[in-house]
Amino acid sequence: MNKLFRELLPFGSLILVIAVLSLWQPHSFLTLDNFLNVLRRSSVYGILAIGMTFVIISGGIDLSVGSLLALCGMCAAGTMVSLGGSSPSSGVMAFGIAAGLLTGAAAGLLSGALITRLKLQPFIATLGTMSLYRGIALVMYDGQPINCPSFRYLGEGTYLGVPISVILFLLVIAVSGAILKFTRFGRHTYAIGSNPEAAHHAGIRVDRRILTIYTFGGLLTGLGAVIAMSRTVSAQPTAGVGAELDVIAAVVIGGASLSGGRGTVTGTLIGTLLISFLRNGCTLVGVSTNAQLIVIGIVIVLAVAVDQFTRRKAGYAV
Amino acid sequence: MKALDDVTLCVTKGAIHAVVGENGAGKSTLMKIISGVYEPDAGFVVRDGRPCVWKHPADALAAGVAMIYQELSLAPDLTVAENVWMGIEPTGFLPGAYSPRRMLMGTRSLAHKYGFDVDPSQKVQNLSPSACQIVEVLKALARNAEILVMDEPTSSCGKNEAAALHEMVTRLASAGTTILYISHQLEEVVAVAKAITVLRDGCVVYSGPLMGLGIPDIIKYMVGRDLKDHFPKRSVRIGSEALAVSGLTSKAVKNVSFNMHWGEVVGVAGLVGAGRTELARALCGLEALVHGSVNIDGKSVKIRTPSDALSCGIMYITEDRKRSGLCLDLPAAWNMTLPCLAHIGMKYILRLSQEQDIAEKTAKTLSLKWAGPATLASALSGGNQQKLLLGRALIAQSRLLVLDEPTRGIDIAAKVDIYHLIGRMAAEGKAVLIVSSDLPELLGVTDRILVMRRGRLVADLVSSSATQEAVMQLAAVDVSRI
Repeated sequence: MNKLFRELLPFGSLILVIAVLSLWQPHSFLTLDNFLNVLRRSSVYGILAIGMTFVIISGGIDLSVGSLLALCGMCAAGTMVSLGGSSPSSGVMAFGIAAGLLTGAAAGLLSGALITRLKLQPFIATLGTMSLYRGIALVMYDGQPINCPSFRYLGEGTYLGVPISVILFLLVIAVSGAILKFTRFGRHTYAIGSNPEAAHHAGIRVDRRILTIYTFGGLLTGLGAVIAMSRTVSAQPTAGVGAELDVIAAVVIGGASLSGGRGTVTGTLIGTLLISFLRNGCTLVGVSTNAQLIVIGIVIVLAVAVDQFTRRKAGYAV
Repeated sequence: MKALDDVTLCVTKGAIHAVVGENGAGKSTLMKIISGVYEPDAGFVVRDGRPCVWKHPADALAAGVAMIYQELSLAPDLTVAENVWMGIEPTGFLPGAYSPRRMLMGTRSLAHKYGFDVDPSQKVQNLSPSACQIVEVLKALARNAEILVMDEPTSSCGKNEAAALHEMVTRLASAGTTILYISHQLEEVVAVAKAITVLRDGCVVYSGPLMGLGIPDIIKYMVGRDLKDHFPKRSVRIGSEALAVSGLTSKAVKNVSFNMHWGEVVGVAGLVGAGRTELARALCGLEALVHGSVNIDGKSVKIRTPSDALSCGIMYITEDRKRSGLCLDLPAAWNMTLPCLAHIGMKYILRLSQEQDIAEKTAKTLSLKWAGPATLASALSGGNQQKLLLGRALIAQSRLLVLDEPTRGIDIAAKVDIYHLIGRMAAEGKAVLIVSSDLPELLGVTDRILVMRRGRLVADLVSSSATQEAVMQLAAVDVSRI
């Protein structure tokens, strides 16, 4: 089992899924509109998954992304509505977007601080913040959603026919991929996930790096939140329930290891697309949303099992 | 490539049979075949006159062969008795229950039979490394093992611990247990074993009684050449004062003062627990200082974190490369450049091809054997892993090296490479501080030896006029009481 094959394997399963669906439903699946639709649908969770990729490579996990998605949306929409009423100006909208991003970054910083300062395990710390952020999002407006009907651009706008959300998604992928591969920060992220003690010995300021990683993840969640909010032109306090599991699944399908030190941005992209295309295909074929869960579950287990198997064959430690 | 080629090994009942060889000579593969982990491609194991096919370690265990690994497989939170009987718990009164009383009694009678002193109700995490080995052995004996394969049993032990283990091994053998003893410590092998098999490149080069063989003979068999220049001779050119430590005090180090010069190699000797590692760690920002001052080149420096140490030009190479040295599942080249990225102009942005060039050049200087910079660190042998860490000092061009047990658990050829490297660094005017439990090594490579006992510095000797006995005496005996 050579290295090239192993690296192409996730691509292979994605291409396989696309090929099967193209043959099965050529008229409804294999169209530009449908593909753009799938990309647009995957952009929000995709952006969240990129942030999660950094967190998982560093050996951590962030269970709070779903709740944070709701909280950032509420903060962004709340800012827009309270400053600009029902039809806020574009300046106010920009202010709202900034509020959403800032909320995300601050929340990520808080998770990071709980992990580094209080020495909590990431699972426990973000289990706490998951509940905390959801609670705040619900309490803010008594559990009511906030409508801001004029904030459509991020969700529906296009540039040269490509949805803005897809452009943002691709931009996040390019920048994050470059950070992970070509910067010292990216290298340190891998080292911390692989062996935190060795990283500390090698002069890496592990705590600071972890703070940055969770803050970056939070910032991306903020970005995902404003896109999601713009698509539905409202902020829902119940948005993104269970999103953390989809996001983690995408990262893991992409070849990342929950024990840290392994994962790539391209892998995560493929994992995200695989889940999206499966969902889309199931819908087109007529599989109910409930039954889709079965398909997704099987694919997650299969993808990771094949990854482990090929790794063992290649002689790598599992 | 074959790991083993036409190997024949005869072990008599009740013997202590040592198996030695350089890293990669095939010792581990041979032992894994004997204990049923691997199946041989050709040939077989004959046990009590019957040829056997073992497909699983459990098969070998059923035939009375037990492997005791370097990395112990005990559950630290359980008691000695629970560990010994794990998986074969004596059944209790109710179906599905086990009897703690019978477990304790069984452990006690086993320990008594072989004369071991362990408390069966003690938790394993409270035991010393040698006591853990005893528990491992009891575990094997509880499964009626008659042949024990021991892989580097003393690698995590101090001198007293090692002596206790040797006594245990001898006692087991005299009680009729057969022992296959793998070790890098030739002194140990000569002291304990009665027979020896030397492997080189997967072949047996000597197998027979140990009587009449000296350590130099064994080394000759292992490496296939004379290691006359075991320790490199070099002309010492001592420069100005590099490091001055005064009154350094931390949790385990008490009021230590010494100095080092550029171009000097200084050793730190002492028993385990004397504070040697702690001294090195305190110098490198890995342990907090209570008080004391450190001057480099006459200037006072404050070192609170490893990154402070690196920016002062200090490179610390850990004694435990698996736990705190390497990121094992990352590429070897990444491991090599990890602390030095800022030193090679990659403080923010990495240039991958340049990084690869630097790693390859360094590997060549170190005669590091790898399949390429992308090889995972875990795929390298111990000696090559150590060279990865030493490569960091070359890449960062550190002026002051602090090496903690730099040759632990690696083969002789790699050791010699490392000695030569240390000599070359010193000749370039760098200062090297070596913490080591290997006294011949310290005497061979250093200019001066600092001896520590119970956290204090008790002597500062010139290596060329010091002897092993003198150093040991200082390290082990409380002079003030005589």
